[in-house]
Amino acid sequence: MSAGVGVDLENLWIRFGDFVAVRDANVNINGGEFFSFLGPSGCGKTTILRAVSGFLDPSEGNVLIGGKNMKGIGPNKRPTALIFQNLALFPLMKIWENITFSMEIKGASAAQRRKRADELLDMIALPGQGDKLPSELSGGQRQRVAIARALCAEPDVLLLDEPLSALDLKLRQHMRTELREIQQRVGITFIYITHDQGEALTMSDSIAVMRAGVIDQIADGKTIYNDPNTAFAASFVGENNVFRGKVKKVMDNEVLISTNRSGDLVARVSTANQGKMSEGDAAMMFIRPEAFTIAPTGAAGDHFVTARVNHEEFEGNAFNIFTEGEGGKEIKVSIPNHGQSFEDHTGQNITLEYETRNAVAVPAGELAAE
Amino acid sequence: MPGFLKEFFNRNGIGMGAAILGFVLFWTIGLIILPQLSMLDFSFRPNLPPPEIGGPKDVYTLENYKYLVFGPEGGSQDYNTVDLRVFFRTLVAAVCVTIFNLIICYPIAYYLGQTEGSHIRIFAIMLIIPYWINEILRAFALRIIFGETGVLNTLFVGLGIWDVPFDFIRNDIALYAGLGYAYILLMIFPMYNVIESLDRNQIEAARDLGAPWWRIHWRVVIPYAKPGISSGCTMVFMLSAGALAAPQILGGPSSLWFTQLIYQQFNDNNDWPQGAAYAIVLLVTCILFVLAVMRLFKVNMGDIGK
Repeated sequence: MSAGVGVDLENLWIRFGDFVAVRDANVNINGGEFFSFLGPSGCGKTTILRAVSGFLDPSEGNVLIGGKNMKGIGPNKRPTALIFQNLALFPLMKIWENITFSMEIKGASAAQRRKRADELLDMIALPGQGDKLPSELSGGQRQRVAIARALCAEPDVLLLDEPLSALDLKLRQHMRTELREIQQRVGITFIYITHDQGEALTMSDSIAVMRAGVIDQIADGKTIYNDPNTAFAASFVGENNVFRGKVKKVMDNEVLISTNRSGDLVARVSTANQGKMSEGDAAMMFIRPEAFTIAPTGAAGDHFVTARVNHEEFEGNAFNIFTEGEGGKEIKVSIPNHGQSFEDHTGQNITLEYETRNAVAVPAGELAAE
Repeated sequence: MPGFLKEFFNRNGIGMGAAILGFVLFWTIGLIILPQLSMLDFSFRPNLPPPEIGGPKDVYTLENYKYLVFGPEGGSQDYNTVDLRVFFRTLVAAVCVTIFNLIICYPIAYYLGQTEGSHIRIFAIMLIIPYWINEILRAFALRIIFGETGVLNTLFVGLGIWDVPFDFIRNDIALYAGLGYAYILLMIFPMYNVIESLDRNQIEAARDLGAPWWRIHWRVVIPYAKPGISSGCTMVFMLSAGALAAPQILGGPSSLWFTQLIYQQFNDNNDWPQGAAYAIVLLVTCILFVLAVMRLFKVNMGDIGK
């Protein structure tokens, strides 16, 4: 695998009139990396992609590809290839013409193009389909043709704008694996835009979590899941239970938070916020549903939560318990199913226990919308 | 009763169905097919004074068609070169007007179709409003622009670019401009309709894959817009070849349009059969020509309706 060509965003600002779509983004994407921008719709992630591909000029700051400033270089001259959300295959061209359109532009002969198309069709497991029209293929097949068309241009960086969002769930999960495999095989840099945290976590080497034009955190998936920088990152990536309150006491890298409804609870301060939280600060702490265990009734302390159970459900791999939480939001608890007997707690008070390392404290902030 | 008719009556009811059907049939048969058939009939009959119509001399003949090709019997020339020349010149000129219009209108249609913003609506209105002015006035307005003492000549002679006024009328420039202008909307709107539905991402995808602008048009936009282009070209060609007012007003003294010959036969010579024959020849030739061009560019009849 080659080292690949990296992409750097330096102090990137993108404004549309008064609206700031991207606010001072600084990102270093290593060559050969699978990098995802993850965020809800309207957070500016597609805008960043368009700035990298050259369809949009940044208001301030620079886009560097392979260390080279791309200012003034049009999308047809950049070493990038973009896969559109709706794929944008050319409907009147045959599949092989679609795939080799970039070669046609460079003046390759029809025979050369046919040959290359056949190789790529083999790679995407659609051998012999070159003479069909895009409308004759299924959604997943069209998806793969779009990838082949982009790869045929031999880009240094492949840009993907939510390419799986139009597919049904099964196919989407299958294409995740396939995309990751293709990326490993060709060894070029992939920049992937998605609002689906599952896609971002399963495929990416690194993820940038975006919120309203701001990048909250850049890290690998495990770090983002376990050690979020902000309330938004904690609540957007994966399921999380939030407890609001004020910092009551700071103990090295742990804090005691006096929560609004569950008393004083202890939590680990997330790495990026260590040393930055002091007594009296508004804080939030997050505990994942799978981090709770059920404690004997009556147990109390700074890592116990007592709540009344609203309802329960059986999900197959887990029992889910939903208890009263603060502000009308429920606390979700997932108990893995090991075949143990499971009594129904509905209507009862239960005590939940967690380990301090599984509770993450961050300064109070905006949460992701449900 | 065929199935589609039954369904038609089921959906609309017998009374309403019969009324709709009646109007449509009256329209197509009464107002289009029958008059044209009677013209066709005229064209195969000799031009007789009213008392002799229906008499022994009123027989079917090819005389009127022969006249276009060979001229009057016992005439000085083997062929009717004057009329034939007018006929072919009209067709060639109509083709030129069509191509000229296509070249001008494609960029406009592309701009209107692919640009977003409220100003597009204003542009469209600005294109439409001039058509509220009737054709005669528009034609005479062009004479004011192109005439010997018209706006252009005054301007260019005044600036010293030309020594003497240029005769736009005699050189048919005024005529071509007038015909082109007359049908510009019929060219723009079919193309605009199609181009508007073209996914912008396709243009961006082509650009992203390295295509320069001309190749994006050649490989992506034009193939997609082909139904609109053919629809517009067909209409402009047919209407240019059949135009009367613009050639009358803007044509040079020496350049007749074939429709003017037809008009003369009907009106000045009072020879309806001869006029009908000329008109039928023009109609059939135009249709055949359009069909041939459509086949050449692999356009389906269904595309024209888009």
